[in-house]
Amino acid sequence: MAEAFVYDHLRTPRGKGKAAGALHEVKPIDLVVGLLDEVRKRNPGFDPERVDDLVLGIVTPIAEQGGDLAKTAALAAGYPETVAGVQLNRFCASGLEAVNQAAARIRGGMEDLILAGGVESMSNVSMGSDGGPWAGDPTTALNTGFVPQGIGADLIATLEGWSREDVDAFAAESHHRAAKAWANGYFADAVVPVTDMNGVTVLDHDELVRPDTSVEGLAALKPSFAQMGRDGGFDSVALEKYHWVEKIDHVHHAGNSSGIVDGSALMAIGTEEIGHELGLTPRARFVSMAVSGADPTIMLTGPAPAARKALAKAGLEVGDIDLFEINEAFAAVAMRFMRDLDISHEITNVNGGAIAMGHPLGATGAMILGTLVDELERRDLRRGLATLCVGGGMGIATIVERV
Amino acid sequence: MSTTTEQTAVQYEKDADGIVTLTLDDPTASANTMNDLYTASMKAAVQHLHDELAADPESVKGVVIASAKKTFFAGGNLKNMVMAQPEDAPRIFAMAEDVKAPLRALEKLPVPVVAAINGAALGGGLEITLACNHRVCVDDPSVKLGLPEVTLGLLPGGGGVTRIVRMFGLQDGLMSVLLEGKQFKPSDAKEKGLVDELVATRDELVPAAKAWIKANPEASANPWDAPGYKMPGGTPKSPQLAAFLPVFPALLRQQTKGAVYPAPRAILAAAVEGAGKDFDTASRIESRYLTKLVTEQGSKNMIQAFFFDLQAINAGKLRPQGIAPWKATKVGVLGAGMMGAGIAYVCARAGMEVVLKDVEQANAEKGKAYTQGLNAKGVERGKLTQAQADELLGRITPAADPADLAGCDLVIEAVFEDPALKAKVFGEIAEHVTGHDRGDALLCSNTSTLPITELAEGVDRPADFIGLHFFSPVDKMPLVEIIRGEKTSDEALAKAYDVVQQIKKTPIVVNDSRGFYTSRVIGTMVNEGLAMVAEGVAPYSIERAGTQAGYPVGPLQLSDELNMELMAKIARATKDAAERDGAAYEPHPGVAVVEKMIEIERPSRLKGAGFYDYAEGRRGSMWSGLAEVFPVASEQPPIRDLKERMLFAEAIETAKCFEEGVIESAAAANIGSIMGIGFPAMTGGAAQYMTGYEAADGAIGLAAFVARADELAAAYGERFAPTDRLREMAANGESFPA
Ligand SMILES: CC(C)(COP(=O)(O)OP(=O)(O)OC[C@H]1O[C@@H](n2cnc3c(N)ncnc32)[C@H](O)[C@@H]1OP(=O)(O)O)[C@@H](O)C(=O)NCCC(=O)NCCS
Repeated sequence: MAEAFVYDHLRTPRGKGKAAGALHEVKPIDLVVGLLDEVRKRNPGFDPERVDDLVLGIVTPIAEQGGDLAKTAALAAGYPETVAGVQLNRFCASGLEAVNQAAARIRGGMEDLILAGGVESMSNVSMGSDGGPWAGDPTTALNTGFVPQGIGADLIATLEGWSREDVDAFAAESHHRAAKAWANGYFADAVVPVTDMNGVTVLDHDELVRPDTSVEGLAALKPSFAQMGRDGGFDSVALEKYHWVEKIDHVHHAGNSSGIVDGSALMAIGTEEIGHELGLTPRARFVSMAVSGADPTIMLTGPAPAARKALAKAGLEVGDIDLFEINEAFAAVAMRFMRDLDISHEITNVNGGAIAMGHPLGATGAMILGTLVDELERRDLRRGLATLCVGGGMGIATIVERV
Repeated sequence: MSTTTEQTAVQYEKDADGIVTLTLDDPTASANTMNDLYTASMKAAVQHLHDELAADPESVKGVVIASAKKTFFAGGNLKNMVMAQPEDAPRIFAMAEDVKAPLRALEKLPVPVVAAINGAALGGGLEITLACNHRVCVDDPSVKLGLPEVTLGLLPGGGGVTRIVRMFGLQDGLMSVLLEGKQFKPSDAKEKGLVDELVATRDELVPAAKAWIKANPEASANPWDAPGYKMPGGTPKSPQLAAFLPVFPALLRQQTKGAVYPAPRAILAAAVEGAGKDFDTASRIESRYLTKLVTEQGSKNMIQAFFFDLQAINAGKLRPQGIAPWKATKVGVLGAGMMGAGIAYVCARAGMEVVLKDVEQANAEKGKAYTQGLNAKGVERGKLTQAQADELLGRITPAADPADLAGCDLVIEAVFEDPALKAKVFGEIAEHVTGHDRGDALLCSNTSTLPITELAEGVDRPADFIGLHFFSPVDKMPLVEIIRGEKTSDEALAKAYDVVQQIKKTPIVVNDSRGFYTSRVIGTMVNEGLAMVAEGVAPYSIERAGTQAGYPVGPLQLSDELNMELMAKIARATKDAAERDGAAYEPHPGVAVVEKMIEIERPSRLKGAGFYDYAEGRRGSMWSGLAEVFPVASEQPPIRDLKERMLFAEAIETAKCFEEGVIESAAAANIGSIMGIGFPAMTGGAAQYMTGYEAADGAIGLAAFVARADELAAAYGERFAPTDRLREMAANGESFPA
């Protein structure tokens, strides 16, 4: 079997996913095109003719994100006509799924060089606006016990007995770590500022990070999912299954949930040979990839089974992993993953996560894998595991190793 | 002018103005139903109209749909429906489509079509009128309109879902018409927009309908068939509704506390799916969901209880035959506590003169004040005028003197559950209610547990003595359990039956036994929940198992409400009686839990401490110390077992009641268990639950029930073992006497 290597990875800064956010004016396609330009520019040997495909995760692929944006972006960026493009959706895991599929195709010998990542302009195409039967078709929702993810996150905290202070402490730490990483330039290599058509910078930093976040400050924020849980009936639906629980303690809010943001990410993945050929330096090797699933109602406990599956596939133990990245969809999700795998926060999300920087749904998976590769390098460590919780109860995990 | 020579259920008649009246009039029955004759007749009538109009567009100016029966149209034929099996799905689906096709054709005629509603238009009846362009209804409050299918586990499959959604939009249509099956008076229906016009008398109906046709010759298309139609509130494809849509199923689940009622789920699904499609596709989707409901077991259970059983009981099925109907005119209510006060109210509401007697005049006054309170609420809500309220209140005379009962033809005693006290109060009034010109008064004792035969020993006329078990609160609870003592005469029983119906309640008749039927059966469910506590089942799981099974509240909350001190007293009495009779007595494992709760001084809501905490009378969380007294086990049983333990406990006790002759009719068991003690309605009642039991593997029937009971017995105790008689019935394919 061939090996698949990460040759480069880059991302946009993340803009607040609102009309007032800096990237709201930027079209989703332009977020991608900016990265497609940059990957050519900063890798002199990179020959677009050799790119087989552009694989992009987009979770809400409608309107300006619709119509196979990947191929359209390749054309718009002036890539050769032979470069194909495909959009995929595995909910929040889409960015990592794109990368994993690319790696799998490389390992399978089908292709040599693939650009993979994702984009989500949540300020322009709002989460959930693509519909779907899980939430929108009564028969399906009734048969599968659909509840929105925020309720699941609150239920996790309730089951684990985590108080508002517990989850807020995690959230504040995420901000502090992200702020420190930015201040120390740890993201400098990965982040490519977004510019306008005249080359004027639109955004060069993650807009959401608040270095001064404190548990005391967060205490003022109102729970985001209490009302929908009560008035929308979703607490009752969840508690049909979790019947031993009296009530859901709604601890999540805007400050300890992943921020809604706009952003894009890209990774260049290829064979060993293509690296030699184009003079690219491999940054990391794909060790194993896995998807799995757990209860769809609580929805967000999939990372542990996925991580265990990836570890088993690689013949590794939890202790063989030096750094972890778990997407901070909600504080309790990351905390639950650490508890499930019995790993310390010291080696998890060391540069903060989506609570501080935001979660542009289709792109995040590629972003956190990139952060992991950079940080392994910076610390001179060997192996890392990136994972995300995913709609429908799924989980995804990827293990990489420095080369 | 033309008529068909064949037999028809839809008469065709054209007047000089070219307006055709189609009169619904089934020659084979007293009411119009959706039988084959109707379907064929309606099809022929509409075809006829169509042909006429095709030949000469001026030949017909409009159509009036009228009825020659007392009810406008009674709806689907439930006797046929309950026979349908899953393999009949193609036939049922085709039938539904067949019924709807002529209505759709009628709706699309190029002339106005008006319904003239002279009587009840429920279900299929209302659905016919919804296919018209205009509805005129007689303003008689006894006329009911609505789509009550959901209450029988069905769905309005005659176009009801499709048209209501298009008339009112998804949210309003579901909430106010479809999901609850509400029945409207004409004035309310007008306000809702279900009918367009009211007339004072039936004679004005057809003229009003024709007048509307003449005034609106162009009004031949319903809004949803007219260009530019927009569904009120938007379709599921519109962003504002799409964002809200996921809440619908969740709220439905919340409302039923997790109990699965297939009909509202199917209605919701058909409504939402259909709302996104064109009319004819939506209508077909509606037929498919109807077919599913009709062929599955759930609707059969509900139709059995809420149609057949209730109808039989209302028609006097459980009443001795050949005894003239009787009406009480003056009642003496003994004891003005909560039950007595409630009984006084319902009797006064039914028009009886009421003497409400207590030891102290002040107590009696207080009992009367209860009616005053209910009246005030009624007036406030517009259910009652002040004059009606005053008249009702005026019928109640508080009293302390037994002599005030003179002239009563009915006595209902509602003092404490103490045989000596009951004997004493009957003794006091005996001479005043005997031998007057209206004959001797019927003597009723309201008791929930004391054997009537034993109480009868304390009264002078045991043949006229009978038990009436009212449920609390009396003004709300629909059931009265009539207990026939050993010496109770047929005549007394017939009178008691009439009294219960006179006060607008539903009677069931049972024979004497400790706890009669309902108290005896509900005790097994509560005990089962209590036993789970001792086993270490998580307390909230026990409660949720109760509500998910379909009970209104879980067994622990119920124990707090019923009061465990009372439960202990009943258990002791049962034990004493068993010892006295030399019968075997094995305490239920729940009894020890009751004793423990009393020991640790957490006996009831009344005392402010039970399984739950109570602050200022309001129920709070489960008591935090409970896990120390009854530790939660690390291994928990599946919730399905918890649910079925409660249901099976009650069902098996019901089977024993049949075998001991306590109860003799499945209708009584079904209605008594649902209306009296909250047995889940979707099961069709405690007897139907056994005969209609649906196992996890899909097997249906008493044999499946017996097999599952054996499983539960093996896992949870011999008390779940089916009786020999049940096994025999299952083997022979028998069911309980109707
Ligand atoms: C939780 C959620 C509903 C909050 O959305 P929102 O209410 O629009 O959030 P906002 O960004 O407007 O923030 C609300 C407030 O919190 C404040 N806030 C946010 N983070 C804060 C912090 N770290 N410290 C202090 N205040 C903070 C904001 O300033 C804002 O205050 P304002 O109202 O005074 O301006 C949303 O972020 C969300 O759904 N996240 C999860 C996304 C998701 O589900 N992804 C998929 C995962 S499976």
